Amino acid sequence: MMSDSGRGGRKTLWLVWLGSALLAALALAYILLNGENQTLFMPGPLSPGHHQLAAACDACHTDPLGGGDVLQEACLACHGDDRKKPVDSHPLVKFSDPRNADRLAQIEATRCVTCHTEHRPEITATDGLTQPLDLCVHCHRDIAADRPSHAGMRFDTCKDSGCHNYHNNRALYTDFLLKHQHAPELLEQPLLPARQFATLLDEFVEYPHDRYPVVALALEDADAPQPVDEEVKHDWLTTAHAAAGVNCSACHLAANAESETPLWTDHPGQQGCSQCHALEVERFGRGRHGMRLATGLAPMTPEQSLLPMQPQASHRELTCNSCHPAHRFDTATAAVDACLDCHADAHSLAYKASRHHELWQRELKGELSEGSGVSCAGCHMPRIDFDVSDWLSRIMVDHNQSANLSPNSKMIRNSCLHCHGLPFSLDALADRDLIDRNFRGRPQAQVRSIGMAGDDQRRALEKTGGSP
Amino acid sequence: MKKASISILALSVAAAVAGLSVATADMSAGNEPSITPKVMADALHLVMDSDRTVYTQKIVNRLVKKDKVITASEHFEDEKALVLPAQMFRFGSELVAQRAADKPDVNFTYSLQSLWPVNRQNAPKTEVEKAGLQFIADNVGQNYYAEEELGGTKYFTAVYPDIGVAPVCVSCHNDHKDSPRRDFKIGDVMGGVVIRIPLGS
Repeated sequence: MMSDSGRGGRKTLWLVWLGSALLAALALAYILLNGENQTLFMPGPLSPGHHQLAAACDACHTDPLGGGDVLQEACLACHGDDRKKPVDSHPLVKFSDPRNADRLAQIEATRCVTCHTEHRPEITATDGLTQPLDLCVHCHRDIAADRPSHAGMRFDTCKDSGCHNYHNNRALYTDFLLKHQHAPELLEQPLLPARQFATLLDEFVEYPHDRYPVVALALEDADAPQPVDEEVKHDWLTTAHAAAGVNCSACHLAANAESETPLWTDHPGQQGCSQCHALEVERFGRGRHGMRLATGLAPMTPEQSLLPMQPQASHRELTCNSCHPAHRFDTATAAVDACLDCHADAHSLAYKASRHHELWQRELKGELSEGSGVSCAGCHMPRIDFDVSDWLSRIMVDHNQSANLSPNSKMIRNSCLHCHGLPFSLDALADRDLIDRNFRGRPQAQVRSIGMAGDDQRRALEKTGGSP
Repeated sequence: MKKASISILALSVAAAVAGLSVATADMSAGNEPSITPKVMADALHLVMDSDRTVYTQKIVNRLVKKDKVITASEHFEDEKALVLPAQMFRFGSELVAQRAADKPDVNFTYSLQSLWPVNRQNAPKTEVEKAGLQFIADNVGQNYYAEEELGGTKYFTAVYPDIGVAPVCVSCHNDHKDSPRRDFKIGDVMGGVVIRIPLGS
């Protein structure tokens, strides 16, 4: 039988426990509802692709009570454009057909999280894949019957460099390999496509033609309300903005919640840029440079990166002006210097000793035509023919460099093939050491895809009596 | 720069579905007008087949074979070419699947398949598809109707013969490097349209 003092001591312990639990619950509730950093509640670290968003749970968990559908919508909100044909060779529509119900029973391919589960670093492979590498076997186990060249190959080698990419297979499918099988290492006229912005201004309905007609401005036209520094004036006057009629007020007069009329601001943010360059700003927000800003977090800084960075750049914030300093907005600076100011991995550090850089220098000196040089941006922020709407496309610099990054076969069509043939590109991108040397030397890897595609085609034509 | 191409097929199909209750309303079962899955499938097929025939004859055959001003290619974006009639059909089907997903009353799917497919993904897969495609190849001019269960859902499945109506249909299939059959003639059954309407779990 317990004594009175024993019962009293136990009661006190219960009260202490209850009070502590209540305090802890209140503290957690406060952090959950008001705290900026909610990583305390994370069940595990995020994958490298999303690690920047650790402090923004609601970027994906848009509804705290939502389930799979909420997460799926969150995935598609950022990655949806890349999950459609022709970019994606396994789009949702392929699996929504009832005739593929047996395949869905094997693997639920309509849900992103089936292959890309977050917070599970122990099973997360390259590109955020959380399925075993041989997942293709679920639907393609009989592939050798259609393609004898694949007989005996292991299914965990499907996504080897130069072979297959589950999503973006546009440079790797059979007909593309065959079409480009004889392309030379270096094309006769290696050249990047020219950007289309100025040439299409008349067709941009969202462009403020009424306020800023495309007419070259002179120094006396500058509409800044206060005296302006001479260097600023000079920078503005000698760049594309003044030449296209973009006056000071176009960027510096910003909409303000407290006033019906826009107010002057000395430091316009990306909202100022997006008035005319909305697509560039939007794409910037989809990539690793701008995803924090797009999610409402403080800008990304190199110190938060998982890649090697220059220590002196640790605290630089990534905004439009980080790479395009006002008022020159020099694209040459943005294409190389801005990158190398921060990035310090082997590939970046080797760039200035590369043939690519040599060509870039010659372009800057005017010895080669525009588009002949190879800058960092020339490959990693490629000039793509982007669908601005259902009815119009334009060649623009894709500021979502993550869309063109990994697996590196995604770079082939957008970047490599402007200058190199497909066989050389496949081999070069499969050679990790060569990449680290920034392509100084020759590829030591030999990708077999093109030879296998040719073998399969010959067999098929012999069987049916057709011709290539 | 390019102009994005769109299919009018999906819109036409949606219009057909909307109009079915007027065209074939059956008032016998209570007071609510209703149509049978077979009638719905037949009507859908009529729209699909007409639209594709118009596209094949008035656009592809005219511009490619007759006027010779452009080519048609399965890699139409890379080749700056016209979309193949079979692709136009499939793109419409994919758009319908996407739009119909949120409309249980008009949720149906359709596809173009063949016993001799250029793309092996378009070979018959289910038992009903295999039987249906064989039936329409063996019984010229007849359709095939059956019920089947896929993924726990019952479907009314109809298979309609797909006839080579223009020289481009026949020449493309006979000459394509991946074609398993090379002796098609105009008027031959080259494949079948499979329409699937869910009947419930």
